[in-house]
This record gives sequence, C-alpha cells and structure tokens, in this order.
Amino acid sequence: MTSPDALLEVTALQKHFAITKGTFLRRKVGAVRAVDGIDFAIRPGETLGLVGESGCGKTTTGRLISRLLEPSGGKIVLAGRDITHLSPGAMRPLRRDVQMIFQDPYSSLNPRHTVGSIVGAPFKVQGISTPNGTKRAVQDLLELVGLSPEHYNRYPHEFSGGQRQRIGVARALALRPKLIVCDEPVSALDVSIQAQVVNLLEDLQGELNLTYMFIAHDLSVVRHISDRIAVMYLGKIIELTDRDSLYAQPRHPYTVALMSAVPVPDPARRARAGRTRILLTGDVPSPINPPSGCRFRTRCWKAQEVCALEEPPLRPLAPGHFTACHFPVEPGETLRRS
Amino acid sequence: MTIGPEPSTVDTLLGEEPLDQSGAPKASAGAPIQGRSLRQIAWSRLKRDRVAMAGGAIVVLLVMVAFFAPLIVRLLGHPPNEFHQNLIDPALGVPYGRFGGMSWDFLFGLEPQNGRDLFSRIVYGSRVSLLIAFFATLLSVVIGTVMGIISGYFGGWVDAVISRTMDVFLAFPLLLFAIALVGVVPGEAFGLTGDTLRIAVLIFIIGFFNWPYIGRIVRGQALSLREREFVDAARSLGARWPYVIFREVLPNLVAPILVYATLLIPTNILFEAALSFLGLGVPPPTATWGGMLSEAVHYYQVAPHFMIFPGLAIFITVLAFNLFGDGLRDALDPRAR
Ligand SMILES: Nc1ncnc2c1ncn2[C@@H]1O[C@H](COP(=O)(O)OP(=O)(O)OP(=O)(O)O)[C@@H](O)[C@H]1O
Ligand code: SF4
Ligand SMILES: [Mg+2]
Repeated sequence: MTSPDALLEVTALQKHFAITKGTFLRRKVGAVRAVDGIDFAIRPGETLGLVGESGCGKTTTGRLISRLLEPSGGKIVLAGRDITHLSPGAMRPLRRDVQMIFQDPYSSLNPRHTVGSIVGAPFKVQGISTPNGTKRAVQDLLELVGLSPEHYNRYPHEFSGGQRQRIGVARALALRPKLIVCDEPVSALDVSIQAQVVNLLEDLQGELNLTYMFIAHDLSVVRHISDRIAVMYLGKIIELTDRDSLYAQPRHPYTVALMSAVPVPDPARRARAGRTRILLTGDVPSPINPPSGCRFRTRCWKAQEVCALEEPPLRPLAPGHFTACHFPVEPGETLRRS
Repeated sequence: MTIGPEPSTVDTLLGEEPLDQSGAPKASAGAPIQGRSLRQIAWSRLKRDRVAMAGGAIVVLLVMVAFFAPLIVRLLGHPPNEFHQNLIDPALGVPYGRFGGMSWDFLFGLEPQNGRDLFSRIVYGSRVSLLIAFFATLLSVVIGTVMGIISGYFGGWVDAVISRTMDVFLAFPLLLFAIALVGVVPGEAFGLTGDTLRIAVLIFIIGFFNWPYIGRIVRGQALSLREREFVDAARSLGARWPYVIFREVLPNLVAPILVYATLLIPTNILFEAALSFLGLGVPPPTATWGGMLSEAVHYYQVAPHFMIFPGLAIFITVLAFNLFGDGLRDALDPRAR
C-alpha cells in the first residue's frame, strides 16, 4: 500500500514499553506491546480515521508519529524524510509539520497560563516572529477557531470543554502544520458539542489544506470525518479501507462486531440492514502477552485452529480494502450470535 | 515529624473551578476581559477564611515585631541585656511585685536573678526563631524542589538514587546529629564567628535535613505533572526540557510548595526552640525562646511568668503559621477538606 506521494508513511512500526523490576539493577521482565508492527500511509489532504477499543494503542501510534515517543522498531517517513530516530534537535524544525490535538481538554492546557500564552507558545518555542506581533497572530488564530480575540487574557479554567478544545486546536494550527494528529478530540465532550468541534475541524481542513489522522474509539464519530479508516486491535491494524467500503462491507469479524455496536436508532432499520447486534464477549487480552496467531481469536466466533497458529497478514481482499483475517466475513454472510 | 496531610494530587491542588454550563466564560458584558488567574481565585477564597486570615495577620505581626525589634524595645522596653538587679528580691532571686514584676515599665515582668526585661527578650527572641525557621525552610525548599523535580521529571535511575537518598535523610537521627555537630563547630569557621556562625550552623542543620519532606511532595507532583497532556503539547512544539520544567511544570508546583513551606516553618520553629532548650541553640546572652524556657524551668514555682511568656510566644507563633498554612492549602485546594 506504499504510495510515493504519501505525506506520512509508516512501516512495521512498533512500540514496546519495557516492564522493569528493581530500582538500581533494572531487569527487563517483559514488555507492553502497545503498537506491534503497523503499516499505513496518509495522503496529503485526506483524513485517516483510527479506531479501536481503549488500550489498543491508538494514542501510542499518534505519539509515535509526532515523535513524542521513540519507536522500538519500524519506520516513519514524513514528507519523504525518515524521522524514525531523529534526535530532538533535528526533529525540532520538523515539528512545525506535525501537530497534535489532545484527548483531554482539561489536561492539555496548562492551568497557569493565559490563553494568549498557550496559543502563543508555538511561536515562542519555535522562535517565529509574525509580521504583526505574536499577540495579533494569536488573536487571529482564536478567531479562526471561533473564539473571541478578547479571550486572550483569560485562563483555561474559565472555558467550557468545547471551548478549551478550540484553544487546543488554535495552538495546533499556529505553526501551519501539514499533518494534525487528533487524539480523540471530542470523546471528552458533551455529545451536543462534539459535532461543533468536528465541524470546525472539517472546515479548517478545507480552508488550510490540512491532513488529519483522526483517532476515535467508536465508529460513529470517525465515520463522519474520515476518508479512510484503519481499525486497530491490540497493537495491530486489522482492517484498513476507505470509509464507504468499510461501512458497506466490513470484512474483519472485529470490525463487524464494532459496527454492530454502533447504535442504529430504529431496530426495524437495523433488521432490514441485516445487522444483528454482536456482543463482544470476554475482555481484551493483555498487550503484555497477546494471543498467538490472530490476536482477535479469543473473542472471535469464526476462529479455527489455524487462527492460533498463524498470524493473518493484512492483505487486500478488494482494491484498497485490506483485512487481516484467515476467514474474512463474506458479503451476505449471516452472522451467528456469539 | 509530619507536616500537613499526605500530598494531594496535582489535580486537586490546581483547583479547577466549576464551569457554567452554557460554556461561556463568565464575563461581565462590556467590561474589558481580564481573566481571573487561579491565584486570584485562591486569594478570594482565602479572604473568606477568617481563621486563616487571623493566622496570617498574626504571622505578619510577628514578622514586623522581629523586623522592628530595636524600635519596639526602645519605645516599650529596656535593652534586652540590661540588668535590673535593684528590682530583684535578693533573698529569693525573684522580682519584687506581683506577677513577676509586671508593670507599664516592664510589660512582661522581669527575669529572676539578673532582672532583664522579659518583654524585650521575647521581642528579640522572635528574631532568632523566625530568622532560623525562615532560612532553614528556604534551604529545604530550594534543595527539595530541585531534587524533587529532577527525580520526578526525569525518573529512571536518577529517581531511584534521589528517592533512596531521601529515605536515608528521613531515617536520620537528626537531633542526635545536631547535638554532635553543634558540639564540634569551632568558634570561628567559614569567616563567621559567634552568633552569626551559630545561626548559620542551625539553619544548615535544620534546613539541610528537612529537604526530603518538600522533596517527596515535589517529586510526586512532578511525576504526575509530566504525564499531563500540556507537557506533551509543549514537547510536540519542540520545547526543550528546561522550557518544559520552568514554563510548564514549575508554575504548577508553586502552590503546593508554598503550602508545605508554610507548614514547615512552625516545625522548624519548634525544632529551633528544642535545640535552644537543650543548650544547642544560639548561646546566651542572646535571647531565644527555647533558651528562656530552659532557664525558666528552674523557677517555675516562684516565677511562673518566666516560663509562660516564652511558652506562649512559641505556641502562638506555631499555631498562627499552622492555621495560615492550613487555610492556604484549603484555598488552593478546595476539595482537600
Ligand atoms: N508510557 C507507557 N508505559 C507503559 N505502558 C504504556 C505507556 N503508554 C501506554 N501504555 C500501554 O500501552 C497500551 C496502549 O495504550 P494507548 O494509550 O496507546 O491506548 P489507546 O488506544 O489510546 O487507549 P484509549 O482509548 O484508552 O486512549 C495500553 O495497554 C497502555 O497501558
Ligand atoms: S483470523 Fe481467525 S480468529 Fe482472527 S479474526 Fe479471522 S477468523 Fe477470527
Ligand atoms: Mg488514547
């Protein structure tokens, strides 16, 4: 799935967090395999959605891409440049190209700083002087995200969650990045406010020609904004395709299960759509000791012997539709309740 | 020796204000928009806490007394080392008159035997107590903050080394060490002599061995602050660690450090008094509250006022700092109650 024109290309990316024992002689006793070999590319101008249950490694993926974490393996290529192991100093100028919007608007803004100094921090850190001064630039940014420039001297605690998230968006936009990693930017917000923030992000994307990686833990939010969607399970991407084909024809049992969990308002309509509600049974296994072969096999109703022995590769089942499963769900297949 | 409660989490010390549900910042229409910082909010909360404000007022008063001691004594007393043996009953060694010779001339009465003005000595004694307690606390805060931030922010083996060091310090028999050290300090060292040297030594002993109390609190807070997303945000902008520590982490540590420093001061006052009581403080004739108490022990039956006044001075000072410190903590952390 490599494409030479990709803005971001990730191959076999891994992040293992070592688990150590002892204080002085730190013995490595294991590793959390938070991200365990994933491949994907993001094209300029598109939005790649990344979904999966809590703890499957979405945030870790985002933090690897923005190089807040050092990858344990694999490769990250940003705009043709290998940034996998760049030193902080070498990475600094490139940080302008990748920015993040964080999950928790209450934790992502320093309560001791004014909005002005929070949104102005990118200019300060990167040593950028703007033609009309930083204050003016910050006020323009505030306006861009739908806040009043008069909020410049206010503190984060004076804002609602949605407004705080807008402040976070303004900060992410300050350096005019090419790629923005949005880590569940709306999951901490009231449902009524979620749509506003998602719409803002969409508007900004058109206006500023942005590329997004949009992380979410449920499919409903991601459906609205994504061009393509990658589904993660326990550190792996198990299905990756464009939005319409994912929703029309999910092939991986896990995706099918996730999809059936998306509430459809009218049960009759759900029945017509041929959708049974599949409840995922059991807990997500631990990323410290993931199941052999296919990681989903402990919860999969289609699992067979081979699933425990061989890890299914992420392979194209249709043009552009990648699925990692030995027995992908066939179109029209009736789903047994598990 | 414990100071205050268990360190609460950063989140509670940050004291998030409830938001109004409309989500709009609470702006009065038309007024120039100037945000209220957490400091201003804490101050308005503190102002409503009468007990803490009373404690704070006494603290301010004590500091003024210490600062203006010579002036106060000139106006209301006699030089602290002036003998008034003509006012002492030579047979008993206690002052003439009732209540230890209390009068408008001698507000707190006189010392037995040599007849020095107790009021002046209490006033001057506040200087030694506060000076040593303040600077010892400052020393603890500086070392504790630096070590705590390094330990908590960088983690790993640095954290392991610093944490074990703090354990060692906390297990240290401080009083025994102080007794030994004060005994061997020569009359002149580091270019200092006499009282100045002794005060410096006391500040060092009390301050240097107390830093782990602050250090542990700061470490815990730094540990949780570095996981906050605003630290990630700064790093994703390309900020180096000094920026992250000074601009992002440290401003959030000011409140807890202030609270625990305020609560460490009375502990240090008590410790200084204890050392003076044991004869390890600033030596006579310099007035110290602890020193006076230890002398007063010999006269507690015939001249109880000699014990009551320095005792009260210590009691009121310690109480005032504690009340103020507790109020400060509540003001900065409304959920800790
Ligand atoms: N710094 C770390 N040290 C050790 N383990 C970590 C660290 N960060 C994350 N993990 C572990 O890695 C796994 C993936 O975490 P991650 O935060 O990426 O999940 P997520 O998909 O973002 O989940 P959520 O939806 O809850 O945000 C989890 O098991 C988590 O416990
Ligand atoms: S590979 Fe086997 S266990 Fe894994 S999802 Fe497919 S059918 Fe289920
Ligand atoms: Mg996450």
